[in-house]
Amino acid sequence: MIRVLQLVADGVMAGATLAVPAIAFNTMYAVLRFPNFAISGLATIGAFAGYAANVWGGWPAPLALGAAFVAAALASVACELGALRRLRRSGPLAAAVASVALTILLENVVRFGFGNELRGYDLPVFRDWRLGPLRLNPQEIENAACALVATAALFLFLGFTRTGRMMRAVADNPALAALKGIDAGAVAVLASLLGGGLAGFGGMLIGLDASIDPLTGFRVMLSIFAAAVVGGLGSIPGAVLGAVVVGVGEECSLLLLDPAYRSAVGFLAILLVLSFRPRGLLGERAW
Amino acid sequence: MANYLLAMATYAGLYALMALGLNVIWGLAGMINLGLAGFFAIGAYTSALLTVHLHWPIAAGCVAAPAVAAAAGAAVALITARLRGDYLAIVTLGFSEVIRLVASNEIALTGGTDGISNIPGPLRGVLDPTQFNLLSLTLVWVVVAAAAFLLARLSASPFGRVLRAIREDETVAAVAGKPVLRLKVQAFMIGAAALGLAGALYAHYNAYVAPDAFQPLITIYIVLALTAGGTGRMAGAVLGAVLVIALTEGTRFLAAALPFLGAVQVAALREGLIGLMLILVLMLRPEGVLRERPRIRAPEAG
Repeated sequence: MIRVLQLVADGVMAGATLAVPAIAFNTMYAVLRFPNFAISGLATIGAFAGYAANVWGGWPAPLALGAAFVAAALASVACELGALRRLRRSGPLAAAVASVALTILLENVVRFGFGNELRGYDLPVFRDWRLGPLRLNPQEIENAACALVATAALFLFLGFTRTGRMMRAVADNPALAALKGIDAGAVAVLASLLGGGLAGFGGMLIGLDASIDPLTGFRVMLSIFAAAVVGGLGSIPGAVLGAVVVGVGEECSLLLLDPAYRSAVGFLAILLVLSFRPRGLLGERAW
Repeated sequence: MANYLLAMATYAGLYALMALGLNVIWGLAGMINLGLAGFFAIGAYTSALLTVHLHWPIAAGCVAAPAVAAAAGAAVALITARLRGDYLAIVTLGFSEVIRLVASNEIALTGGTDGISNIPGPLRGVLDPTQFNLLSLTLVWVVVAAAAFLLARLSASPFGRVLRAIREDETVAAVAGKPVLRLKVQAFMIGAAALGLAGALYAHYNAYVAPDAFQPLITIYIVLALTAGGTGRMAGAVLGAVLVIALTEGTRFLAAALPFLGAVQVAALREGLIGLMLILVLMLRPEGVLRERPRIRAPEAG
């Protein structure tokens, strides 16, 4: 029983971290209307930008997360302006295919610069906290807290600022938004910037838990998709819910499955949701 | 050098067969499949396991492989065919990763990351390596030619016509009374079968399969082959496969041209170039080198 409780606690914290790239995926999906697989490449870019700031620059992890956000946001805007904007005109599938190629490209930019070896962040070492029978790792709690801050900031932005409302309007009904004079191109760039930045932020958060290499983003790809689809493709609150469900599911799978199959749990979740509730738990509305 | 060229020409044939498979799924039916590496792997492992462990003849393995791949394709397509293409993209990409995960971890069955070796090949051991390469090259391209011929016939048949109609507008096809779901699943199965057959041929030619051979980069190669050659036309798929092999092998010489780069950097440069090429082809020439010919005929009398 204590083992299950421990796994659920670990799962919730993992889910909070996973929520960041899942929100990124769904934010971009809601506005840009195609699954942007560049998300895993952007997560890797963020993880390495954060590494550079943290290990080379000596910044503490929460500050380095800012560097991860900025670097991945810039890379994402470059992808949008350089390729994806034009490709969306030939249809969402062309853009989706190109975004897989973008992930390969971004991953290899990192590989070219940093090589294939595993790298670890410079982090202070803490002893686990004990909460009754549960053991909690302070680093994981800090990660989950950073994830919550990023999530909350995005919700505040979308809920209470004029620009955020513009983004939601485009996600909701692009034709009506255009009639109201909202510049869809500018909103697309903004969605790429926020989505890419959050993907990078999430990539570094995931890296903080272990070590990073050019495949860091790719390895969590299945979990990100699963969180996005389980919650509802394109739904931002759905991404948070989906991430927690997938995080807890992945941890609890350790009771039944070999740890190597952890990431297959996400795929299983996708198949289950698509078979029984294809629009996801919270439906496909962005907000 | 001769053996190298023969091997590359054989790989071009395998890519061509995969591109033909994708052409049915994407070019004709307009469905996406980002899990090509997964179906390729299913075919390779099916035939390798049957011939190595159960001592089936190679030909029987090459029949079973496309059948198993088609069954997997039917499952994937049935789950997603009612939904938008986005879901198919996500599910197929995830599918190929799960296949690789299973291949790496079911050690008792697949040998894990060590893979399966000593897979029999036709007359391997009887012929010398050059003769074996020549025989494989001939066999693979005979299969490609047969597949291209059959699929071109299929594409010109009423079945192919309905698939194109579904690609252009699913609702219109449904209103016209076409069983859209069944046709889409069938198209996906035919494409998956071609991918599985390519996997079986690869396993018997290479004598060795391991999870590393089924990276998502393979999927990019094939999508690039099809888009560069021209979606919708079978000849385009074959031409594109040859172009992709020329590109991937041509960039091998980058290492010699840029001696100051490390091995990993050269590898990164080559992979990155492939990704960049696909993006550029999609942007600049989405219809490919060979365009699909419009098939408009005057309505028949009566």
